[in-house]
Amino acid sequence: MPSTPTENLTGAQIVVRLLERQGVRRVSGIPGGAILPLYDAMSKSSKIEHVLARHEQGAGFIAQGIARASGEVGVCMASSGPGATNLLTAIADAKLDSIPLIAITGQVPRPMIGTDAFQEVDTYSLSIPITKHNFLVGSAEELLEVIPRAFRLAASGRPGPVLIDIPKDVQNEVVSVTEWPEPGKAEPTAAPDADLIARAAEMINAADRPLLYLGGGVVHSGASAEAVAFAEKLSLPTVMTLMALGTMPVDHPLSLGMLGMHGARCTNLLLDECDLLIAIGARFDDRATGKVAAFCPQAKIVHIDIDPSELGKIKAAHVGVQGDVKTVLKQLAPKTFACLRKDWLTRVAEVKADHPLRMPGVDDPRTPYGLIRAVAESVDDEATICTDVGQHQMWVAQAYPLRRERQWLTSGGLGTMGFGLPAAIGAALAEPERTVVCFSGDGSILMNIQEFATAAEEGANVKVVLMNNASLGLVFQQQTLFYGERIYASKYKGVPDFLTVAKGFGWETVDLDAAPDARAALRDAMSHRGPTLIHASIDMREQVLPMVAPGASNKDMIGG
Amino acid sequence: MNSLTRNETRALARTVLELDVNNHAGVMSHVCGLFSRRAYNVEGILCMPVGMGSTSRIWLMVNEDGRLDQMVKQLEKLEDVLAVRRHGTEHEVFERLEEFFR
Repeated sequence: MPSTPTENLTGAQIVVRLLERQGVRRVSGIPGGAILPLYDAMSKSSKIEHVLARHEQGAGFIAQGIARASGEVGVCMASSGPGATNLLTAIADAKLDSIPLIAITGQVPRPMIGTDAFQEVDTYSLSIPITKHNFLVGSAEELLEVIPRAFRLAASGRPGPVLIDIPKDVQNEVVSVTEWPEPGKAEPTAAPDADLIARAAEMINAADRPLLYLGGGVVHSGASAEAVAFAEKLSLPTVMTLMALGTMPVDHPLSLGMLGMHGARCTNLLLDECDLLIAIGARFDDRATGKVAAFCPQAKIVHIDIDPSELGKIKAAHVGVQGDVKTVLKQLAPKTFACLRKDWLTRVAEVKADHPLRMPGVDDPRTPYGLIRAVAESVDDEATICTDVGQHQMWVAQAYPLRRERQWLTSGGLGTMGFGLPAAIGAALAEPERTVVCFSGDGSILMNIQEFATAAEEGANVKVVLMNNASLGLVFQQQTLFYGERIYASKYKGVPDFLTVAKGFGWETVDLDAAPDARAALRDAMSHRGPTLIHASIDMREQVLPMVAPGASNKDMIGG
Repeated sequence: MNSLTRNETRALARTVLELDVNNHAGVMSHVCGLFSRRAYNVEGILCMPVGMGSTSRIWLMVNEDGRLDQMVKQLEKLEDVLAVRRHGTEHEVFERLEEFFR
């Protein structure tokens, strides 16, 4: 610990100093009684900018947007009680998508804990199953250890959220600080087992019909370039999970796009034919695998993941390698033989030609696919693409030409409607030079619409493309397909005038329905900085196809 | 224990897990939460501090189950769990306790 002159500081001042030392430039949150000492201390910081959200869940997703776009640890804050409970969804979302996030919550003073004090809730217990780790801080002194440790934990290994609950009296407690701890950074991961890598290489070299299956871990590891180079050297057709989109450009000749529930027919059919599946930073999620017993039935499996508990969790791997995927790829690639794999690639091309992803209306910007493609044409690859959750999310996952790591921000594991707008705001604040496009639906946008105010206040360069079908589209679709067309509680009888709503929040608006030239209107909207709502009506009966019914095998696809 | 007789219950294959953990409020919640969220019953729990009391040892008796390997991996991931050891049902720690349950 570097020695400094002794200072008498409050717990709150210590937190702020430690955040500054971590290099945190921006935190999102909402103040309240139990966290006011921390806010008071933060008011004196010239290094940290506070983004005032309008709901704590919004604050959590703004911090997530910062983390997802930049790869750095995001920080959000809330007061005790409802402030903390409102954060929980964003924390759970970060856990399922392995996003490094620090959530700092105020707690009632220690002597009042357990008395059902005003705005007291057991934040520690509530957060246990949805965090990587959590702390209830017992003294100001402890903060010197807890804060750097929380950052180290959030960023190390498989990233994830860490919650720090700080009682108000701990924030006010004065202690003398003589030494400052080093900022908490990601610890290097243990070197992968060389024998296992050799065995994986043997299996890969022996395979006739191998497939590469990339997951979100490739993004977290920053290993897109290595993964693409590996695929190219070995001529590996490559599928991506929802979380991995962008790691291999979709228009790369080896790319088969997204697999699973809404993957193209050719993608799921080829998975059925492969004799080796090389899973990298992927966790065999049910939306990707369909019925697990029928997933890649002919294939041996090489599974590479940083988290040992993922190896063999869903599907037993013939070789499971624990390690940072970038490191593993760097060691594995030289042990494999370059290969043209003509027969397999010919077969792949054949299946692709016979069963391509069908995108009806792709040339008409007034259809879902056409709108998404028209938006893509109005921006370049530097734009960040964010989504909410639902039909629009799957259409964008299928149709948007994603070509860059961290270009794509979406709530995968938890599937949280309401994610899109605040995450887009966070991404726009973290990388102000980029345009952030947020595709949303009329169901999702209403779940965090209050953050329109935050975006306007911050002047965030966010373009919300609202695909309005006046329904909960994916529910409507499932009721249509699997519940005898008994449409219930999924059609909105009252739909707000979103353009007026957005104007009321101080946003620019574009009514795409009324625009004579939709493409020109989109180009114009993207050329101005600042928050803009682009509203487009979508037919409620439009479906995301193909679709694998939940629990069915991936080869049993409906439509498309 | 539903309707199983004591002898029938004993006949089920059991595993005894021995955990070295940091000793502070909340660790037991972390450990038990991993089991409860999977509806995986913990049949027996014993916990005592070790040495100076900065760490504790937790003994868990659980039924053998296909999920046990995953449970051990999940336990090993907990920040406050320092080590996990697996013992067979013959381990005497719970047998010696039996006299308190007569």
